[in-house]
Amino acid sequence: MTTVPQTSPSRHRPARIAVNAGLVIFIALYAAIAFLQPNYLEPGLFMNFLRRAAPLVILACGQLYVILTGGFDLSMGAVATLVVLAASILINGDPDATWAVIGALYTMGIAVGLVNGLVITFLKVPSIITTLGTMLLVNGLALAWSGGAARGDLPDNFRNLGRLVWRDVPLIGTLPLAALVLAAFVALAWFGLSGTVYGKRALAVGDNPRAAELAGTPVAATRILAFVVSAVSAVTAGILLGGFSGVSVNAGEGLELQAIAACVIGGAQLLGGRGSIWSAVFGALSLFALFTLLNLLGLPQALRDSIQGLILIAAVGATVWRTRRRT
Amino acid sequence: MTADIVKPKPGVPVAVLLAGLSIGFFVVVALATGETAQLSGQGVTGLLQRMVALGLVAIGQTFVILVGSIDLSVAALISAVAVLASHVMQGDPAMMLPAILVCLGLCVAVGFVNGALVAYGGINPLIATLGTGLIIQGVLAASFGALQGSVAREFQIIAYGGVLGVPYSLLLLATLSLCAAFVLDRTLFGARIYAVGGNPDGARLAGIRTERVILSAHMVASLFAGAAGLYLAARLQSGTPWIGRDGIYDLESIAVTVIGGTILAGGKGGVAGTLAGVLLFASLDAGFNMLGIDAFLKQVLRGTIVIAAVAVHAVRAKGHVA
Repeated sequence: MTTVPQTSPSRHRPARIAVNAGLVIFIALYAAIAFLQPNYLEPGLFMNFLRRAAPLVILACGQLYVILTGGFDLSMGAVATLVVLAASILINGDPDATWAVIGALYTMGIAVGLVNGLVITFLKVPSIITTLGTMLLVNGLALAWSGGAARGDLPDNFRNLGRLVWRDVPLIGTLPLAALVLAAFVALAWFGLSGTVYGKRALAVGDNPRAAELAGTPVAATRILAFVVSAVSAVTAGILLGGFSGVSVNAGEGLELQAIAACVIGGAQLLGGRGSIWSAVFGALSLFALFTLLNLLGLPQALRDSIQGLILIAAVGATVWRTRRRT
Repeated sequence: MTADIVKPKPGVPVAVLLAGLSIGFFVVVALATGETAQLSGQGVTGLLQRMVALGLVAIGQTFVILVGSIDLSVAALISAVAVLASHVMQGDPAMMLPAILVCLGLCVAVGFVNGALVAYGGINPLIATLGTGLIIQGVLAASFGALQGSVAREFQIIAYGGVLGVPYSLLLLATLSLCAAFVLDRTLFGARIYAVGGNPDGARLAGIRTERVILSAHMVASLFAGAAGLYLAARLQSGTPWIGRDGIYDLESIAVTVIGGTILAGGKGGVAGTLAGVLLFASLDAGFNMLGIDAFLKQVLRGTIVIAAVAVHAVRAKGHVA
């Protein structure tokens, strides 16, 4: 409830502080990891950390596009599962088919994203319901197609995308291919939001769709594109996941909620209007560092969920508290 | 979630339309597949019994959605209640009442925490209840080894017993639905729920303590989830930490509530629509079983129908939907 003249300075401040929050949490958690296992400070292990965190970071970047425009994408995990299962069935161990199949996977992903976006913008079904529906639908299709069990085989040139590591690289020692994919994807996602007019449109649509529309923003196209980006990120993450963990029917289970959690921990605001690509990147890295830390502490797998829940509430609570104190 | 208000079709409320469609589908499938036994009293009772667990959760979910909040922790809470009930009872009928009290106490506590985080903490309800759900789920899964047991045989009467051919579980659902409908339509608390969901600022200016209403709605939702957990424990004899999650009760309860015409932004909807949504899911399940559709294809159809059912009345909304 502030008066108009105050809005322009205070509009930018929360975003800046929020980004710092994600980065600070990540550094704190990574310091704790390094304290327990000093060799995590070596470039090699850090690169390995990045390699394993890559799918979650990529998913979070895609989810961020949707969150910025005010929606949710619950179908990501199912798309990742579909990608892993479809790749193994379509390629079926034939290395020559890999690139064609990757093309096909992206086509499927884009189709899911388009369906999500079109249903939400034109049929006016809330995104949480739409993507819940496509989640059930895509998961069902993937399982029906594969008969409910992992079958087929992924050739090495496909799996290398997720697990190939170059050794004896100057300066950093080892360089996983997945880290390069990650860097490229983040760079593209960053460019999309900060280097093009799309980023401003997404924020405007998320903040107030009606006002954005009156200002001439193509609201429907902005929303649909966000869901397509999100689905593309899910396909990319699925390809990496298939690479290093192989084929399984629950490859993508629960990833959609982790991606949403990552964005929120990094300071993105649910229902849109605030956040940057760094919220997603550092939020996801924080979440993954938390998982790693809990593993190192030897906590039971199940308690990881609990701690994740606590961190989630605490991170959002802290953001709310800071915002309230300021206004 | 700033959806404009969707007007139900003049004359035919969403609930009646949905219920009619569901029953029509069920009857047509039963006749087409020759399974006329499904249309006997017993078959219909079976159909209605499919509604109980999801129905109970969804009524609670309707309360929170009506105040403009949402509850994703119900699935974890259902599992927690089912496990706790079987652990406290250990098959001993004398422990039935204490077990029920402990479970409902847990629900009140969880509902209070959810409501406090949302209403007083200002935390987005999706994140707050996702967080509490994760906490419950994690603690439950980690300590399940120490929490085994089973419910008393007498307790299973809730799921398997009945009077005059009507199962107690159905009577439970019917009674609680009527109570919920009465509270929403005829009491001050109900009016406040609609007011807070429809326009929180207006409600506050009108002197309603909106935080308390939101808090109470969350407690109602948790108690209904607890009732569903107790019913499932009675049906399965012992709870496991995954029955809530495996039944996707969190997302499905939201889906049926929205299918029944309750708006995610809050302030419009009701129990009748929600029950019609649950009936739709139950008759689809029963129909698919009669048709012998395999489990995966069933999931595909379910996903499609969720979207289509909401689209039918959402498509006329003006303005933008997130």
